[in-house]
Amino acid sequence: MEGLEHILAEHPFFAGFSVEHSKLVSGCARNHRYDAGEYLFHEGEPANEFFLIRHGQVALEIVSPGQTPIVFATLGEGEIVGASWLVPPYRWMYDTRATALTRAIGIDAACLRGKCEADHHLGYAMMKRFLPILVQRLHATRLQLLDVYGKR
Amino acid sequence: MDIIVGAKLIVARDELQSLVDVLTARAYRVLGPTLRDGAIVYDEIKRIEELPAGWSDRQAAGSYRLEKRFDAALFGYAVGPQSWKRFLHPPIERLWQAPREGESFSVEQDVPATKFAFLGVRACELRAISIQDKVFLGGRYQNTGYQRRRQDNFIIAVNCGEAGGTCFCVSMQCGPKAESGFDLALTELIREKHEFLVEVGSADGSDVLRHVRSRVATPADTAAADAVVERTAHQMGRTLDTNGVKDLLQGNLEHPRWDAVAERCLSCANCTMVCPTCFCTTVEDHTDLLNQMAVRERKWDSCFTLDFSYLHGGSVRKQTRSRYRQWMTHKLANWIDQFGTSGCVGCGRCITWCPVGIDITEEAAAIRSTPNAGKGVQRGGS
Amino acid sequence: MAAATQPDPMVPQLYRVGRVRRELADTMTLEVAPLAGARPSFEPGQFNMLYAFGVGEVAISISGAVDGSSFVHTVRDVGAVSGAVARLKTGATVGVRGPFGSGWPLASAQGADVIFVAGGLGLAPLRPAIRHVLANRARYGRVIILFGSRSPKDLLFRREMEQWRQRLDVDVEVTVDHADAEWHGNVGVVPALIRRVAFDPHEALALICGPEVMMRFTVNSLAEAGVAADRIYLSMERNMKCAIGLCGRCQFGPAFVCKDGPVMRFDRIADIFAMREI
Repeated sequence: MEGLEHILAEHPFFAGFSVEHSKLVSGCARNHRYDAGEYLFHEGEPANEFFLIRHGQVALEIVSPGQTPIVFATLGEGEIVGASWLVPPYRWMYDTRATALTRAIGIDAACLRGKCEADHHLGYAMMKRFLPILVQRLHATRLQLLDVYGKR
Repeated sequence: MDIIVGAKLIVARDELQSLVDVLTARAYRVLGPTLRDGAIVYDEIKRIEELPAGWSDRQAAGSYRLEKRFDAALFGYAVGPQSWKRFLHPPIERLWQAPREGESFSVEQDVPATKFAFLGVRACELRAISIQDKVFLGGRYQNTGYQRRRQDNFIIAVNCGEAGGTCFCVSMQCGPKAESGFDLALTELIREKHEFLVEVGSADGSDVLRHVRSRVATPADTAAADAVVERTAHQMGRTLDTNGVKDLLQGNLEHPRWDAVAERCLSCANCTMVCPTCFCTTVEDHTDLLNQMAVRERKWDSCFTLDFSYLHGGSVRKQTRSRYRQWMTHKLANWIDQFGTSGCVGCGRCITWCPVGIDITEEAAAIRSTPNAGKGVQRGGS
Repeated sequence: MAAATQPDPMVPQLYRVGRVRRELADTMTLEVAPLAGARPSFEPGQFNMLYAFGVGEVAISISGAVDGSSFVHTVRDVGAVSGAVARLKTGATVGVRGPFGSGWPLASAQGADVIFVAGGLGLAPLRPAIRHVLANRARYGRVIILFGSRSPKDLLFRREMEQWRQRLDVDVEVTVDHADAEWHGNVGVVPALIRRVAFDPHEALALICGPEVMMRFTVNSLAEAGVAADRIYLSMERNMKCAIGLCGRCQFGPAFVCKDGPVMRFDRIADIFAMREI
């Protein structure tokens, strides 16, 4: 899918990606569009894709019986959604809902995992990009956990 | 006889009583060293018989004992657990009271008139007073009570005839000779006669001395007085290398020595109470039972208490290690940034009165001998 | 030795509480005006010591002014004294000492892009600075306001924040630690906002106020973005009793937070800022 290759290359996540690897990845990619309120996925569903947000905003939320869902993170343009596709059992751990009209590229997880197994250089290039994002999210989550604005 | 500032005169031992009498007649509260509870402490005196004649002290880390001398020297000891800050910067001071007036209230202050005359101020103590002058009077806002008490403060210094076991005023360059900040300075001379060489330090000193029988000091007298001070300077019980000590301590805040000293330190705050320059306080607001009169008091406090650094539900300096580090780094290093001088005058009180004998000179030397020992230590997590 | 010409700085001036307004469940804003004489001038970033009869004093930043006649203070009830002050009603008498401390560098910020980063109640000491910059808009470059809070119902000065946001010459980004589905804004931490907002680190001057943990993470993000340490200012907080540099309690390294702060330039405290129990 040629058009998608261009779009992928422009996304910040793939900055500096080799042309060869871009081709491989775009072979697993497809376009998505979500209206405000629409869910990208629900907790427990198979994590078949990860998403690159091109435009819009999504909210990650957790539901507890008897309580309204709690949004614990929002992600927007230029950001990545989804890490559960990387590790077995490949299931989503939370719900993700578009809060505004959102356009995203979905990259088929099984397809990409297969290509990474076959080409370890591609695999390493993907990991190098994923890890800093996950570490940043971990730091942020810990900071949110501290409830620094709460009363002591 | 016209006595100029800088003049040196000889006064007989018994004539000291006249000196005290003149001051008492001028409504000064005369305070001087007295013997009480096995220590030499400052108290009000009317007669020189109340001075601890013939007594000396033996001081070491964590130890203070009085000993009888073989002579009748009036000032033959070093410094005791108190300093003059007990009077100039009192342990409890009412700042104001506020009587309720209907839904509102007003604020009133009593301004007690106090004229203190201090008899027997050592060189280290003179320096300590000048340091507290800088702290309390040298900034944008002043301690008005301290200012009042210093205004009419008459000071009779004494040049030490004997160094204390924990003294290091020579290292701190503030003794044993009293150089400035006094109205009169005495050096005790026990030769064929028991006399004092008196150096006049101010017009007030000159004015008071006029009423005391004296004779002009001869060159021999002056030489004898100089010899006393010279001998004392060589008797120092401790030394502290002050070269670059500010950068040394500020650059070693993670040194393992802080953990080592914390194993011994009880955070009892003795050192801060006996130290003549420690000035930290707390402020307490109370009311009477009927909530009709509110009072604000200022009280001595210590950086060794957990309360001192209380913030948002807990202490900033929870560990003893952090509190000891704060005290010593403030005293020898941060003080220089804040006030332009060291906060330490080498009086040795903190060493003598520490129940476990922690020695500030030893701690400084230990860090100096292994600088950067704490650097490169992994701190923090992922 | 200078003679005492100043009034005793430990004696409070008497002020009357004017308008009182509840901002959040535990946070009130009070306007206070002197019973006699003129209200002293102040710089944004400074604080007063507020005295509740018989209870005690607490250091509270000045969060605004009503022309030249009143101070505005925003107080959160977190203890006996702050609670007593927060519960004062219109007409009550309150003791005021101050203003004390250093203010935000608004004069030297002229010509630069100003990034305000506020966390929770930290918005209160920044508000007078923001108002000053917006009232003198032409003197400053880009103006960016980043605000982090616990949740949407903890957003301090929300209406005023929305007004700032409506201006065409200000960028406002708000985030909360968690929210429910009614909230359509950002959920996440302030550092994430910094990463998202485009700005030139060489032109920017950052003014930060909030819980110390939040300020630490914010400074790291700004540094990562290339903002130099001498272009970042924080508002520090420590135990205070006298507020005039004489009780020794507010020391932070060699600095007294009450007179060398509370606003401090980051490069001057960088070496001790991340140290434990200093």
